[in-house]
Amino acid sequence: MKILVPVKLVIDSNAKARVKPDQSGVDLANVKLSINPFDEISVEEAVRLKEAGKVSEVVAVTIGVAKAQDALRAALAIGADRGILIQTDEMVEPLAIAKLLAKVAEAEQPGVVILGKQAIDDDSNQTGQMLGALLGWPQATFASKVDLSAEAVEVTREVDGGHQTLKLTLPAIVTTDLRLNEPRYPSLPNIMKAKKKPIETKAPADYGVDVTPRLKLLKVGEPPARSAGIKVKTAGELVEKLKSAGAL
Amino acid sequence: MNPEPREMMEFDVVIVGAGPAGLAAAIRLRQLSLERGRDISVVVVEKGSEVGAHILSGVVVDPIGLDQLLPEWRTHPERPLTTEVTEDHFLQLSASGARALPAKLMPKLLSNHGNFIGSLGNVARFLAARAEELGVEIFPGFAATELLYDGDRVVGIATGDMGVARDGTARPDHVRGMELRARYTLLAEGARGSLSKQAIARYWLDKGSDFQKYGIGMKELWQVKPEHFRPGHVQHSFGWPLDKHTGGGSFLYHFDDNLVAVGFVVHLNYSNPTLSPFDEFQRFKTHPAIRDTFEGGKRLAYGARALTEGGWQSVPRLTFPGGALLGCAAGFVNVPRIKGSHNAILSGRLAADAIADELVRDEPAIEPVAYERNWRGSAIGRDLHPVRNVKPLWSRYGMPLGVMLGGIDMWSHQILGRSLFGTVAHGKPDHACLRLLSEVTPIQYPKPDGVVSFDKLSSVFLSNTNHAEDQPCHLKLRDPSVPIKNNLPLYGEPARLYCPAGVYEVTYEDDFKKIGPRFVINSQNCVHCKTCDIKDPAQNITWVPPEGGGGPNYPNM
Repeated sequence: MKILVPVKLVIDSNAKARVKPDQSGVDLANVKLSINPFDEISVEEAVRLKEAGKVSEVVAVTIGVAKAQDALRAALAIGADRGILIQTDEMVEPLAIAKLLAKVAEAEQPGVVILGKQAIDDDSNQTGQMLGALLGWPQATFASKVDLSAEAVEVTREVDGGHQTLKLTLPAIVTTDLRLNEPRYPSLPNIMKAKKKPIETKAPADYGVDVTPRLKLLKVGEPPARSAGIKVKTAGELVEKLKSAGAL
Repeated sequence: MNPEPREMMEFDVVIVGAGPAGLAAAIRLRQLSLERGRDISVVVVEKGSEVGAHILSGVVVDPIGLDQLLPEWRTHPERPLTTEVTEDHFLQLSASGARALPAKLMPKLLSNHGNFIGSLGNVARFLAARAEELGVEIFPGFAATELLYDGDRVVGIATGDMGVARDGTARPDHVRGMELRARYTLLAEGARGSLSKQAIARYWLDKGSDFQKYGIGMKELWQVKPEHFRPGHVQHSFGWPLDKHTGGGSFLYHFDDNLVAVGFVVHLNYSNPTLSPFDEFQRFKTHPAIRDTFEGGKRLAYGARALTEGGWQSVPRLTFPGGALLGCAAGFVNVPRIKGSHNAILSGRLAADAIADELVRDEPAIEPVAYERNWRGSAIGRDLHPVRNVKPLWSRYGMPLGVMLGGIDMWSHQILGRSLFGTVAHGKPDHACLRLLSEVTPIQYPKPDGVVSFDKLSSVFLSNTNHAEDQPCHLKLRDPSVPIKNNLPLYGEPARLYCPAGVYEVTYEDDFKKIGPRFVINSQNCVHCKTCDIKDPAQNITWVPPEGGGGPNYPNM
């Protein structure tokens, strides 16, 4: 069985996002970019399934600018076998991503597609669900445990107030949550090997998908700065202030 | 923990540190490899999470190094330096005034004409991309923690284990380090590198040279209002807020798109233990001649790094069996020119030349002595020799006499071709310069205004510093009782103040009565500047690399 893992290159979780002065987006010039942490978890899970002998091949796919292949290299260093870069300079929205992934899934015929539940840059949390709908495959989102057999996958998912366990027939879509696993440190020899693993470069047109944005980005801004607080001397004063602020 | 054996990989040359020096050596080795049709395998390890993450510098770059190494850099589509210096000012500050030194007084070698303003981190990123194109293997996120020996010869390095818990036991995700064995090992760790320090001690590399002297440099990157932006504008100052016995000064560079790099260097031979380099920097920005530039602007990044200041007479022997020191690890900063990255690149190139010649012989590595033999007669030596007395004269005679004497000495070099003073020695090492708390007037710093001056913690936040949480403290105390027993009563534990990242604190069981002091090390704040390793009066703190990938993540610094 094959597993398909879509990955995305995002601003590193330790980097401070800074809005471009013209408010057209986040300034990424010379800012550290990394594989989306949820996608790293997806790759780790797929590679563990392969190491457990349940999966024969792990294929990573990314959609974005040429540099996005850094995310593929990160996936290959963890243990994915090969990569597909669908290269485009467009801002690609979740629906277009899902359409492209559906085409890749049709071509690759994976038993499972494991995706991060969301990317930490835009927090959309849409691609996995849209992909499930486009392919007509069952989906289990926010997985904290994945148990794969030849015909089905049992997924424990995090829901409000507890856990829910679903059994899906294959092929299926799984999106990962933080508690699923802790990704390994890629070893130096594996990072070296990853540089030599094959990456196939494609264009959206190769899949006949139009990635023109359907949304118009008006502006990107920072949240308003919080104004400084004040110190009150007595509880009475606090109540008074809260009342005058309309909070009581 | 019972160490399991490490995996091993072999290369011709392993380089520690992906800064300008290390990458220049890597690039030159591969250029020679291609030129001569003889494969030379080169690997670079870098403790930062990516190339450039730990690079912090002004910076005005003298392009002599880049021009020699990669002459095509000036027309490269990704060239990292685009703002040429257009005006160059040197100010002497008093508390309320600023006096510009007439350009005519400045020796020619201090001129910044033809130099570029930019980000040294981005220069390193550019060099790394070129190095990879040439076939260099670069591994960011891996810290070299051990030198490997075969008898008396260095035969490579080992990277640190990943996934070690605070108590030293293996975490579930533990991964053993790697041995990278090589015929030659080049240490390009920057000032006070942890492996360089070991190599210098083991091979007595500094026995024929003066003490190494250091400074601490802090820097902020600002986006200023367009009406305050003057592209290509370079300004240095000395004087206020430092007193006349304390060496140091500021830099302020306008470049790129409304960016201003502002920084402050304090020589680490300062004597007042209540001095706080960080607060001097913050106070500097409030000077009436300085503050306007930042009004209405936005502070984007902050960081700090120690730099070498010993110059010509402090450069240790550069080579040892199986390896060499490069760049700031060797100590190639030109203090009056306030730059060293050009020499870093030149030193990488010079060492690579020496090693490529040795590698032709199929014998075990010997000491690449041609590098040691050649540097003093090279462009590096010609850069450092004429200015060798500026820093020791400044330290000895203070301001303004020492600065004037330094200037006169540089003029003497320019006109007569020699120095009036011979070579002036540096005096004491920096850690031995502190006076006792009881002997000094404590310095009171104004509160930050939150507009142009800030507190330490909000500053460290802008260095994007991160360390994996559960790992051993990487700031090792030889004797854990020294900070409270000796340093606190004698000096008020100066680590609280010289650390630019708030790593060291003294807390009290009873804060009000100051009873029950405790020394706290917030190692997760560490920006890897190495100042504690240098300045601790008891020389009790040893900086070792934390888990690879930790530390600051400087963008555009």
